[in-house]
Amino acid sequence: MSKKPVQFTLNGDNKAVFVEDGQNLLDVLRRGVGDLSPKYGCGQGTCGACTVLIDGEPHLSCLTLAETVEGRSLSSTGGLAQGADLHPLQDAFMRHFAAQCGFCSSGMLMAAKALLDRNPNPSRDEVVEAISGNICRCTGYEPIIEAILDAAQSGAGRRSA
Amino acid sequence: MSISVKTFASSAEAASALSGDRTARFMGGGTLIMRAVNEGDQSFNTVVLANDAALKQVQPQGDRLIIGAGVTMAQILASRDLDFLHPVARAVGGPAIRNMATVGGNLFAEHPYGDMTAALLVLDCQVTLAGGQSSALADFLRDRDREPRGLVASVSVVRPQSGVFKFRKASRVKPKGVSLMTVAAWVPQSGGRISGARIAYSSMGPMPMRIAAVEQALEGATLDETGISNALAAATNGIEPPTDAIASSWYRKEVAPVHLKRALLEG
Repeated sequence: MSKKPVQFTLNGDNKAVFVEDGQNLLDVLRRGVGDLSPKYGCGQGTCGACTVLIDGEPHLSCLTLAETVEGRSLSSTGGLAQGADLHPLQDAFMRHFAAQCGFCSSGMLMAAKALLDRNPNPSRDEVVEAISGNICRCTGYEPIIEAILDAAQSGAGRRSA
Repeated sequence: MSISVKTFASSAEAASALSGDRTARFMGGGTLIMRAVNEGDQSFNTVVLANDAALKQVQPQGDRLIIGAGVTMAQILASRDLDFLHPVARAVGGPAIRNMATVGGNLFAEHPYGDMTAALLVLDCQVTLAGGQSSALADFLRDRDREPRGLVASVSVVRPQSGVFKFRKASRVKPKGVSLMTVAAWVPQSGGRISGARIAYSSMGPMPMRIAAVEQALEGATLDETGISNALAAATNGIEPPTDAIASSWYRKEVAPVHLKRALLEG
């Protein structure tokens, strides 16, 4: 099986990896780069657990052909916290008990970050729409929605990281 | 089985690669092809890509709009020219899917997907292949899976006048879910009566389709509860909806008149 070199930035760091033909981005991030923050849920584009930002926009890494991210800027949940300082979204998720098993949290956080980066003061309906492609089987969504709205009020959308 | 990925600068080159290889599939946004790759689909072993800017363009041409096959649902939502398609694009997945899923890909979506295709069916959509050949969308869908497979370069639609185009997607999960039944309608009126209606469903058959029985029943009718009663009675004439995890065939038939009525009167 042939391999192709691919370079991109992940959370601001330059990355250069060899990817296999047909390999998806999630697999490359987890096994090739070692960023375990995006999760493998369904592999079908249904659950949203693998959501990462590509050039600031949410994408499903399980359905992204890895070689197509050549030269692009990627963000994952692994880059949200700055050292011991949680990102306001992470902090709000913790305070609102927005994670139980936590498997969806990574995708939820990136979907929420994409929203707040674009729209720092979203309405409740806009939050619901932003996470409409992310499935949570534990919380019933309410704590997640409340956490995102709370993070917005605390200025998460105005933070650059 | 390993997958081979071939990337071309133009859609013409990609089309040439597709036409000579029955085991090749073109990939637009990846929501269909990568899903198949992840599932270990053995029906193809080559993925063809094209870095052709024309696939991403939206251009007016006379009274029609040309939409590149690689235009995503997010691009549609960002386009003022395509504002009539905003409710349709918004009904497709969440934001991440909308950043990836393309108009061209939607033409190949299997049941229960294909909401955009249902809308295009009533907008007098013409499908143009990379070689320049054009066909009506209904004809294209009929021959969709035949070899050799062409590469869809663009679709063109008529821009509807206000109130003529209606769209409604019914699903069991709010705010978003897989379609139970999607209805698209083109309902022009002349002298207070419907003339030349086009109705399409998705999720009610193996692929999106026009519903001739409903269209005929709407001809000359008034667009109100009494006027559309014959059309509602004919809502599932000649079709056999599939049973899947979302709903049984029986259930889809039972609720079809309800969703058709809502699409026509509230859509």
